[in-house]
This record gives sequence, structure tokens and C-alpha cells, in this order.
Amino acid sequence: MSHPDKPYIPDRNKVAPMDRFSLAKLLRQGFAGQTGWGAQWRAPERPEAAYDVVIVGGGGHGLATAYYLAKEHNIRRVAVIERGWIGGGNTGRNTTIIRSNYLMPESAALYDHSVKLWETLSQQLNYNVMYSPRGVLMLAHNVHDVQSAMRHIHANRLAGVDNEWLDPAQVKAFCPPLNVGGPLRYPILGGALQRRGGTARHDAVAWGFARAASALGVDIVQNCAVTGLKRDATGAISGVETTRGDIACKKVGVVAAGHTSVVMAMAGVRMPLESYPLQALVSEPVKPAFPCVVMSNTIHAYISQSDKGEMVIGAGTDAYTSYSQTGGLHIATQTLDAICELVPQFRRLRMLRNWGGIVDLSPDRSPILSKTDVAGLYVNSGWGTGGFKATPGSGNVFAHTIAHDEPHPINAPFSLARFDTGLLIDEAAAAAVAH
Amino acid sequence: MKLIPCPICGERAEIEFTYGGQAGLTRPADPAATTEAEWGAFLYARENPKGMHRERWRHIHGCGQFFNLTRDTVTDRFIP
Repeated sequence: MSHPDKPYIPDRNKVAPMDRFSLAKLLRQGFAGQTGWGAQWRAPERPEAAYDVVIVGGGGHGLATAYYLAKEHNIRRVAVIERGWIGGGNTGRNTTIIRSNYLMPESAALYDHSVKLWETLSQQLNYNVMYSPRGVLMLAHNVHDVQSAMRHIHANRLAGVDNEWLDPAQVKAFCPPLNVGGPLRYPILGGALQRRGGTARHDAVAWGFARAASALGVDIVQNCAVTGLKRDATGAISGVETTRGDIACKKVGVVAAGHTSVVMAMAGVRMPLESYPLQALVSEPVKPAFPCVVMSNTIHAYISQSDKGEMVIGAGTDAYTSYSQTGGLHIATQTLDAICELVPQFRRLRMLRNWGGIVDLSPDRSPILSKTDVAGLYVNSGWGTGGFKATPGSGNVFAHTIAHDEPHPINAPFSLARFDTGLLIDEAAAAAVAH
Repeated sequence: MKLIPCPICGERAEIEFTYGGQAGLTRPADPAATTEAEWGAFLYARENPKGMHRERWRHIHGCGQFFNLTRDTVTDRFIP
């Protein structure tokens, strides 16, 4: 779960756009001492004067949007404007869980679209994103949890999304480190297992999309903050002001996660979003000891082991909005207390790092992938505490929305207008836990 | 743990409080007369500023008092 200490700015002249990885190249580089790898994507120091589309935010969702704009819609004069370095925000700070077992049919369709893209993403991008469908097990600790899990399982199976019930013995067989049957504050009464769920390597997702997008002509401009959104006399988007110069463009896609409200306010748009700190932490690396992803909505615990060996643990959000990028210690402590009961061997693990990311929560805890009242302004936000899993699917349908000025059928229900019509996609209630 | 200044009890630990979100939201006097967009904005649109935020708190595990505070959402410090 590391992120680089300083921005990685390769020399754009070194890049060969069709520089694909292959076994032969790997062997050649092996003999050459790995000295011949060039920069993997172009990173101009400053943006050009004009683009067809500007994407605000160089996280996974923004980079995926740029990639699919170029790949599927042949819109290649695209810039991704990133205030820090790509993948350095929530993309590099999450627990990398991938699943699609959401209750509402609209959500299941969106997230499953993403899972299907994950399955072939490494081949698509020619970059190993280390997608690992090791199974996501969602624990049930009380009668209410069991009923909620059953309802999800039945709804998912009707929607064509795999999800199955494991009784306590099956939970123990699937994930032996769990303390099944112990006298716990939160006993394990079973779990819902999505076998296609799993994890991917977060940095590789950002880098893979950046590399593939760059090869198609997308400019990725880092250390460049957007300071204003320009509109013409009709009110339509006419450009973007940045700390590295102004850009003329007719279309802007805002994919700024926790800072979406701030960017949208530059165009006078108030969003139905609130930004909260969400915490995660990783342990020292240990040998493979935890075979799958385990999560518990009731205690807000999310556990998996990274390929480096670190236990990656997510906690809940803080109780109040903030841009501080630090979460309350008592929030993490509450989760760790419960996790140490669930997995007693974790008591001896030392935690190396913890951090807080700022997530944008929507009122119904479903994302907003939408046109806005401002012509040429599109917004992809509201992913809240679980956006990583949707990275490819989100970029795919958002690119369609920008290219056609109409939503893809999959993201049509996730419009801003739903907060006026009341047609909410209420995953907040569906999760059946205190948010 | 963060201390929150209750106007009656003084500074107390944050776990004694519940957060009520943006302060000063006024329910339209005649909901039936509002447009969908106005009603949607009342229910859901929020300032969510990076900086000064006027917000609602309740000392629910203490005196029960509702009150407003201004907080810098970057530093989480309350501004008197």
C-alpha cells in the first residue's frame, strides 16, 4: 500500500507509444540488468492550450475515463489534470476490495459491469493489475445480519451476480484464521461469499490506465491544480484555469472524489455530497496467512492480505465531515478491537502505517455519474467508501456519457436528477448498517 | 480524542456528541409549493466547504443540548 514520496515525471520524449510488454522483452531486460525500461507514459510539464475533453482528477476513475474516451470513442485530445501525482489520492489509499454483490439492480448492474472488465483488464491494458478473485466473504454477526445477507444473496442471484451463503463451518473452511465459534462480542453466524470478488493492485491500476491512455494520445499533467472552470456567454463550459496555464475545452469531466464539491463550486454547482475521512492501515508484511477478503459491515472492518504480505485493514468513516486526511483514532481502535477478536493471530501483528482518505458520500450512498445543468460539465463522484472496485466500469460508462452527451444505459439511473425526482438507489438502507 | 465545546458543559470528548451536518438549513414553509429541484436542494444539496463550516452538533450523551459551531474542515479546529 505504498505510494511514491515524490511525483514520477518521466521524460515525454523517451516514450515509445506501442512499447508493449512481452516475454522476449522481459528476457532482454533481464540480461541488460533492467536498465532499458523507458518512461511508461508521457507526462508533459504543462497542458496544451486546448483539448477536446479535460478530466479533473488523475485517480483511477479519471485515468480510466480518459483511456476509454480514447479507446472506445476515439476522442484522443484529452488531458487528465492532477493536483498531486496520479493514483496518489484515494486510489493509493484504499483497501482494494472488488465485488459486485449490491442489493439494488441498478447497483448490481454497474458494479458487475466493472467486475467483468476487471477479469480481462490486465490483457486489455497490457499491464498486470494483479486482479485476484480470491473471494469476498461478508460476515454476519446477528440475526439481522443473516437476514440482510440472505436478501442480498437472493437478489444477486436473480440479477445474475454470484453470491452464496456459507454456514459457520463453511466459513471456517473457507477462511481458517477466523475465530468461528468463539465467545465473541460479534460472533460469526455465517457469511455471504462472492467468489468472483477479490482485490487488485491499486498502483498498477492507476499506472496501467495512465500508460494505456498515454499511448493513445492522452496527456497526463501532474502537480497541476485546477483553480477555475470557465464558462461562455451561454453558460456552457469554455475552459479550465490551472496553476500551469489555462486550457480551452468544451467538455470537462470532474472526477475529484472528496474534493468534488470544491471543484463543482467553481462552476456554481452545489452537489449532494459530504466529504468524510475514511481510514485504513497496513501491518508489517508476513507470510501468506489470510486467503481471502473478509469484511463486516456491522463492525466496519475490511481485511485482506496484499501480495507483499501486509494485512490491509479498513475502518469506518469519521462521524463528521472533514478534509483533514486524518481519521479519529477511536474509529480505528474500535475496528481493531473487533478484528483482534475475529482473527486472534492478528493481535501480534505490528501496524506500520495508517492514513485517512477523503471520501465523498452521497445521500443514498450510490455514485453520481451524470451530466449537469451546465452544458459541457460532467461529474463522476459520490463513490464514498467503495469506489476502487468500480474503477474500470466507472471510467467506461462515464467516457460514454461525455462522448455522447448522454448517459450509458448502465449509469442513466445514477444521475444528479435522482435527488430531485426521488428515484434514489438506496444502498445506504440496503447495507442495513449505521452509516 | 477531539474535544468539542458544549455551550453548557464545556469541552467534552467527541464521542459524547452527534454531528448534525450543515447548520442553517430551513425547511420550506410550504413544501407543496416548491419545485422538485428546490425540494431536492433542501433535502440533499450541501455546501461541503473546504474551510469554514457552520454546523450542527448535539451533546447527546451529556446535557442533550443542540448548538451550532464553526469549524475549519481542513484542520478540524473550532473557530470561536
